[in-house]
This record gives sequence, structure tokens and C-alpha cells, in this order.
Amino acid sequence: MAKYLLLKHYRGGPDRTDYGTIPMSDWTPEEVSDHIAFMNHVADDLRERGEYVDGQALSPDGTFVRYDGPGKPPVTDGPFAETKDLIAGWMVIDVESEARAHAAAAYLSSAPGKGGEPIQEWIEVRPFLEEPKFVTD
Amino acid sequence: MDQGPIDGALRDLSPQVLGVLVRRGADFAAAEDAVQEALIEAVRRWPDELPAEPKGWLITVAWRRFLDAQRSDTARQRRELAELEQPAPGPSEQHDDTLLLLFLCCHPTLSPASAVALTLRAVGGLTTRQIAEAYLVPEATMAQRISRAKRTVADVEIGAAGDLGTVLKVLYLIFNEGYTGEVDLAAEAIRLTRQLAGTGEEPEVAGLLALMLLHHARRAARFAADGSLVPLAEQDRTRWDEHAIAEGVVLLQAALARDRLGEYQAQAAIAALHADARTPEETDWPQVLEWYDELARLAPSPVVALNRAVAVGEVDGPLAGLRAVEQVPAGVPRRDAVRAYLYDRAGDRATAHELYVAAASQATSVAERDHLTRQAARLHD
Repeated sequence: MAKYLLLKHYRGGPDRTDYGTIPMSDWTPEEVSDHIAFMNHVADDLRERGEYVDGQALSPDGTFVRYDGPGKPPVTDGPFAETKDLIAGWMVIDVESEARAHAAAAYLSSAPGKGGEPIQEWIEVRPFLEEPKFVTD
Repeated sequence: MDQGPIDGALRDLSPQVLGVLVRRGADFAAAEDAVQEALIEAVRRWPDELPAEPKGWLITVAWRRFLDAQRSDTARQRRELAELEQPAPGPSEQHDDTLLLLFLCCHPTLSPASAVALTLRAVGGLTTRQIAEAYLVPEATMAQRISRAKRTVADVEIGAAGDLGTVLKVLYLIFNEGYTGEVDLAAEAIRLTRQLAGTGEEPEVAGLLALMLLHHARRAARFAADGSLVPLAEQDRTRWDEHAIAEGVVLLQAALARDRLGEYQAQAAIAALHADARTPEETDWPQVLEWYDELARLAPSPVVALNRAVAVGEVDGPLAGLRAVEQVPAGVPRRDAVRAYLYDRAGDRATAHELYVAAASQATSVAERDHLTRQAARLHD
């Protein structure tokens, strides 16, 4: 079993349409509820399969921060310039294979959006670096 | 009473108790749930009041839980219940139970992770929480994984003989890929394999146990104080566990004498040759290479071919080693790391540096990545 991080950006789907062009606030209330219900369902499905580890939604607020030298306060930079690379949230799963991680991400990606159509959003999938195996030689 | 001995006793008793319930006619899934509940109650009660007959206590409590769970079902089950409430006394063949439970928990229809979880629960006697912690997943997730595993094997006949090879693979997986938290999974794998080795005559079981002991013996030397990985050639061999090595060697020699060679015996033989060398320079590499040739015959794989290439490099020089690696397909883990090592030995620091950089980006663990990055840095001119 291996752990993967699934990152949801505000990246949009195949045409790379940012959420920004059809923000959720422009959907119908039912479409918003359906989308959220679907996201919860994905998490429940992963729990039921024994694959769910963690998940968080992130506020769109945030900044970049860096050290600015001894005795100086940290420097901040924001708001984030590229909306589509902003991370909306993440899930951690523990699955049998990379293929299974991709299938889980694809399922998440099929969440319904405007008009009830699957958004087909790009989900970033990152394998964890884990413990070294005992036997190496 | 200290928790440690209680945990140890419970882990030893739990599969025995499970075996008793199953022999009385309880179905595996329900019996396993009942035993788990009895274990949880024992953990709660025994520190204050240890029973005079711990095994009998567990059997009584587990059986009662099982009957209670059954009673909340249909009338059909009440009929079966009448039979069950008069259990036939019988000897508890502890060793046979262990093997039969292992065949069930390692059934080929189970995914490796499911088999590992179910084995640690039903045969290892670990609680769901302990297994979850060992694999860094939430307890609810591990509980689901075990539930689903039990459903998968629900129709498997518990007395049926199974595939020992699959059992050994699962035990090896527990040894090789577990974290160490509250429960030491490598030690747990050794314990279970030892139990299995006591049941019968298969030299490959002894071979696997020897392999585990010989690798486990090096454990204290594998990591430096700062957590960095220490390769075999640089390990402080005074920190190797001599008792584990001695036991592994004795087990291996007895297994080899049976003249039924298998992949685990061959792997153990290689580990024994390393364990035998007081310094890396004293390693009998020609013998190691011969055993890799055997292993390649018994269980050929690109990983074996890669490790064999390292041995070729030691016996016939780094250029010969590199030629051997060329036969290994690209994409095999650690291929670039091995090439980097051999180029370094051959004196080509520039190529070695490049390959260590590439290898670091392909590493699957932080310790490995850091080690390879340091090697690249060392060769950066």
C-alpha cells in the first residue's frame, strides 16, 4: 500500500477554464449543493473502501512568506497571482497501486459543476516519500 | 501489572482462542469480532486483576460475546445456536490452528494490504488501533479494510489447505514494509514466522525466518544518530546482533541440509555471507555471486538481476558490473543508484555525480533520497 496526496486546484477542466470564469457563486444553489454532496460522497466512498487517510478544504486566503534577514520581519507576497494554481483542498489516500490512486483522482475529478455536467477538473496526484524497506540488498 | 507482558500474552493467546471458537462452529468473521472484543476487555481489566487462567478467561468472554451477537439475529440462527451452546470439548491444536488461520488470512483472493491487515489482526492478535497506528492510517480506515477482507474470505473453507507461498509473501511484506511505532512490525513478522516454522517441515519457512533474523540483526547499524541511512559497506558491524545472526545461520544450515532449495533460503544465504564478514573487505563476494545466480534461477526478477550486478562489480570489477546492469531494464528501482556507485568505483566522478542526482529524484523514501543527494554532493567538483 502506498500513500498519495490528491491536490485540488482551481484549475478547471480540459479547456483549462478557471473556476474564476464560472465561479460557484454563479451556479444555482442546487448545483452548489450537488457539488459539495459529491465531494463528501467521494470521501465516504474512500472511507468505506478502507483507503481514506485525511482531507482538508483550504481557505482561498493566503500569502507567500519568506525570511528577510536577521532582525527583520518576514516579507509577505500576495494575493496569489495565478488563480488556477491555488490549492482549494487536498485528500490523502492509502491505496494498493498507482492505478488505483489515479482512479480515485479521476472519480474526484468527475464532480458535477454548472448544469450538472462533470467539471473534469485536473487533480494533482503526488506519491508520498515513505519509510525505506528493510531488505535492500 | 505492566502492559508489555499483557500485550505479549494476548497476542500469543488470541489466535488460539480464535481457533477454539472456529472449531466450535463459529464462522470466522463473527468469531474474529468476538475475540477482538474479548481482547479489548482483557486490556481494560487485566492490569487490575489478572485471571488465574488467562486463556480460559478469553475463551469464556469471547464465546459469550459471540453468542450475544448471534442472539440478536433471526430464528434460524436460534436453531443453530442450540447446537452451538453445547460445544464439543476437544484438544486445541495450537499449531494447526495457526497454519489454518494463516491460509485463510493470506488467501490469494485478498490484496496484499488486506492480507497483511487480516493476518496481523486474526493471527497476530493486534488490535485494529495498533495496526492502524503501525501503517499510519486512521483507525476507522483500518477497521474497514479488515471488515472488507473478512467479507472477501467469507466463503473460503477454513479447514482447506492453502498456498504456503502466498503466506510467506505476506509475512515477508509485514517484515519489509512496516513502520515501527508502538508495535514493532519486523519483530511481529519474525514472531509469526517463528510460529509457522514450528508447525511443520517446510525448509522455505525456516529460510524466511533465517532471512528475517539475519536482516533484523543489522537493524541498530542501519541508521546514524541523525536518522541518515548507513549503507552496508559503512555499517558499524559491532552493532550487529550476534545472537540473531547465530540463530539465523543455524536455521539456514538446517534448511539447506534438507536439499529443497527455495528463494528465501537463497536470499538468507546471501545475508549470511554478509553477516559472516567482520569487515566489508572480508566479504566472500564470489560466493555471494554464486548465490545470486541460484536466486536468479529460482526467482528471476529485474531486482535480483540488479543486485547480482553489484556482486559482479565486486568480483570482476566495476566495468563488468556496469555491463551486467545494462542487461537490467530501465525503470527498475535503484538502477541509477547502482550505476552511480559503479561509475564512482571506476573513477568516473562526473557520470557518477549525474547518476546520483537522477537516482535521488527517483528515491521512494526520504532517507534514501537524502543519502543519494549526499553522494551526489560528495562527487560535485
